Amino acid sequence: MSEKVLMKGNEALAEAAIMAGCRHYFGYPITPQTEVAAYMAKRMPKIGGTFLQAESEVAAINMVIGAASSGVRAMTSSSSPGISLKSEGISYLAGCELPALIVNVQRGGPGLGGIQPSQSDYFQATKGGGHGDYHLIVLAPASVQEMFDMTFKGFNLADKYRVPTMILADGTMGQMMEPVSLDANAVETYDKSWATVGTGKHEGRNVINSLSLSPAQLEEWNKSRYERYALIEKDEVMYEEFMMDDAEICVVAFGIAARVSKNAIVAARKQGLKVGMIRPITLWPFPKEVISKAADKVKAFLSVELNMGQMVDDVKLAENCKKPVYFYGRTGGVIMSPDEVLDELIKIEKGEAKQW
Amino acid sequence: MATKILIAGFGGQGILFAGKALAYTGLKCGKEVSWLPSYGPEMRGGTANCSITISDDPIGSPIVDKPDVLIAMNLPSLEKYYNETEPKGYIIYDSSLITKQDTRDDVITVGIPATKLASDNGLDGLANMIILGRTIKETCILTLEQIKSSLSQMVPAKKAELLTKNIRAIELGYNYR
Repeated sequence: MSEKVLMKGNEALAEAAIMAGCRHYFGYPITPQTEVAAYMAKRMPKIGGTFLQAESEVAAINMVIGAASSGVRAMTSSSSPGISLKSEGISYLAGCELPALIVNVQRGGPGLGGIQPSQSDYFQATKGGGHGDYHLIVLAPASVQEMFDMTFKGFNLADKYRVPTMILADGTMGQMMEPVSLDANAVETYDKSWATVGTGKHEGRNVINSLSLSPAQLEEWNKSRYERYALIEKDEVMYEEFMMDDAEICVVAFGIAARVSKNAIVAARKQGLKVGMIRPITLWPFPKEVISKAADKVKAFLSVELNMGQMVDDVKLAENCKKPVYFYGRTGGVIMSPDEVLDELIKIEKGEAKQW
Repeated sequence: MATKILIAGFGGQGILFAGKALAYTGLKCGKEVSWLPSYGPEMRGGTANCSITISDDPIGSPIVDKPDVLIAMNLPSLEKYYNETEPKGYIIYDSSLITKQDTRDDVITVGIPATKLASDNGLDGLANMIILGRTIKETCILTLEQIKSSLSQMVPAKKAELLTKNIRAIELGYNYR
């Protein structure tokens, strides 16, 4: 392992993208993800890559569609309001079955919102921000090292399944510095004979398109894509378990909320409360099975999120009414303290908390 | 064992760099570290602050809301975090910019006229490193040698004159009084 360096999450992510073979970045500045674009602007010209600051987010995502159509690894990054603008293009990426990486370093919303960290785009990311029957693979890093590693993972998964992948980070993950080991993860290569790069290598034309005026054909397209989604749900779920062996209350949290919750869990354990955590690393596919299994053992679930309650719905669906589910969240850019989470855990233990 | 440090002051006082120097030194000493800046419009002329954690174990939340060590470089920052500092913690402040009555006897409060020392010694803009030197001396979170060594790796060779000044500033704070 190479010596660790101190780096911002946004920069580690950008470096990972380059190491993963991405040479086409299209973006538009917005706090708190601008360091991704800044890093790309500095590095891409030196390695023969393309950094392009588009005239808008809409233009940037459409440039990603163009680049991805030619089979290259392409990406864009933004923060919440910018992702809303890109949502039409993301739906087109899904419809065209194009692999690409989209990074959302979330800030508070809705609307222009604020610039402080948030996780309130969970619904948008996991339920489809754009129109139509589709899913993104959604990865939720909880450290600068994971910002780096998940970028490789994101490109690999996108290419493997021909689906757009999103990294759902937040302002703290983007802005914080932590030691990170910049060892290249595996870069997987997959057949891209579908790419529109001319007919030099094969007979006939390749067409990248999401339009079908035949309902029967469109239904077939969607069904075949959902067959791949089923494979992704079977094979690609990632999560971390923390102190779950004897846990009676299971916290479910991702990203920065999981980091805060870890402190709360350690403090709760010191008071004799048996608390553990399941941290989803893939938000879609959601780790349903591990939560369902945990529901047979624990007394209650607490979903901790930087929003008004979004992932908690998926926790409820996964545990399937076996045990009570509680929610604690802060919103608008406010980050809960470990003490606030601890208070909620104590309330649950005493039976004073209100169920979701 | 984890030490949570909060450095706070005006934008432009070198808050983030002082924090980075601490985090980088912690990393070089084989510790787990995290560095989280306040970001956004408050950095332009308003207050800036930076959370640093140096720990033997993996770090949970990188947000420091109750510091073990508070470094305050202006009055609003001191007032904001004074009562949040952990009992038995340290409060190091720039006494050339802040006049403050101590109202707590469960923390160690240390004033150092960092800004004045900086201008008296031709080290304008390096009050951050002077107060950092004092902090190292008071709290023993890192040694003087460790921070000097890591600074020489942080500052690029072509800016050697900056390194000399930064080290002078740290030593000035470290040896003050």
